[in-house]
Amino acid sequence: MMTADERGEIEELLPWHAAGTLDRREAQRVEAALAEDAELARRYQLVREELVHTTHLNETLGAPSVRALEALFAKIDAEPQRRPGTAPGIAMRIGEFFASLSPRALAWSACAAALAILLQAAVIGSILIKEKAPGSYETASVPTSPGTEGTDVLMRFQPQATVSDINRFLETNKLSIARGPSAGGIYRVHVSGAKLSKDEATRVLNTLQQNRIVGFVAITH
Amino acid sequence: MQTNSDEVLIGRIAKGDRLAMQVLYGRHHVQVYRFVLRMVRNETTAEDLISDVFLDVWRQAGKFEGRAAVSTWLLSIARFKALSALRRKPEEELDEDAVGAIEDHADDPEVALAKKDKGAALRTCLSKLSVEHREIVDLVYYHEKSVEEVAKIVGIPEATVKTRMFYARKKLSELLKEQGIDRGWP
Repeated sequence: MMTADERGEIEELLPWHAAGTLDRREAQRVEAALAEDAELARRYQLVREELVHTTHLNETLGAPSVRALEALFAKIDAEPQRRPGTAPGIAMRIGEFFASLSPRALAWSACAAALAILLQAAVIGSILIKEKAPGSYETASVPTSPGTEGTDVLMRFQPQATVSDINRFLETNKLSIARGPSAGGIYRVHVSGAKLSKDEATRVLNTLQQNRIVGFVAITH
Repeated sequence: MQTNSDEVLIGRIAKGDRLAMQVLYGRHHVQVYRFVLRMVRNETTAEDLISDVFLDVWRQAGKFEGRAAVSTWLLSIARFKALSALRRKPEEELDEDAVGAIEDHADDPEVALAKKDKGAALRTCLSKLSVEHREIVDLVYYHEKSVEEVAKIVGIPEATVKTRMFYARKKLSELLKEQGIDRGWP
């Protein structure tokens, strides 16, 4: 059963669902809602009607005459001669550079780049080992590993969750983000200052999991 | 596939390739023209504007970074040009279509006929929406632009795109109701 907010969100997406421009995940969400809500399905029919007639209306507008094309090229002819240095944007230039390389040249370049990275890693590694040698010191104020006090969870939010949704959720549940996001949009979220028992942690986990903006949550060990 | 090859064309246009310009124009000019025409409601103005839109493409192709599809970029330029033209247009130049968009509650023959044909009524009401509502309805339904793309073209947040579309549809229902067609929503 959908909440009124969820229903409202789905209803707003109906035009894009009809036009086929939602991503697969959102489209599945809309499909599921339409299957369980007859009134929403009726409103979807209205959206489909609108789409058909908007297309019809636009298709009857015709096309521009050849005058527009002639005017365009007359204006282009009147433009100052393009300087040879005028080139596409940086992203396009990089793309064109790689596209111009033969597969063999590209493979050798990749090997050379990988070798350079390995050498760099070796140099950094040796510096770190030297620094960790007996007699060296570490600052006492900055921990080098995550704190072990309290209880943290790993959490990923739903892609459609807004910043204000997340802020509200953190405030309501008295949570704070300890670290992140890491790869895949995972946050380390601090749930309690005390080390919770397994049962308590599971209870907290179940509560958090039920929130619509939470996509994934797991206890850290 | 066409999206990728559009970018290749833009790269060639940046180097001054006129043939690439002609291909890109051939591919997109009808869509751009219809989008502009629905906003300015004047064929001559719309034709002038599309040559200006593609002239901007010729001039700015070197700056295109490929962050959005070429068609999205074209519609953003077209929208800007159309709105500028609307701001310049003196009131006496309002053409018949624009005058038709001004609300009139009288049951004229057109309305009477529209009542008989729901589709025709819907199309009449689509034409009576405000410029702001018309453009969003066209972008979503006809130009098949996603929420993110509409946000880029219109220059508003994605959440506003969704609510603006919702209110455009609501207005459409109200206009239909005035013509005696109750869709039972909103």
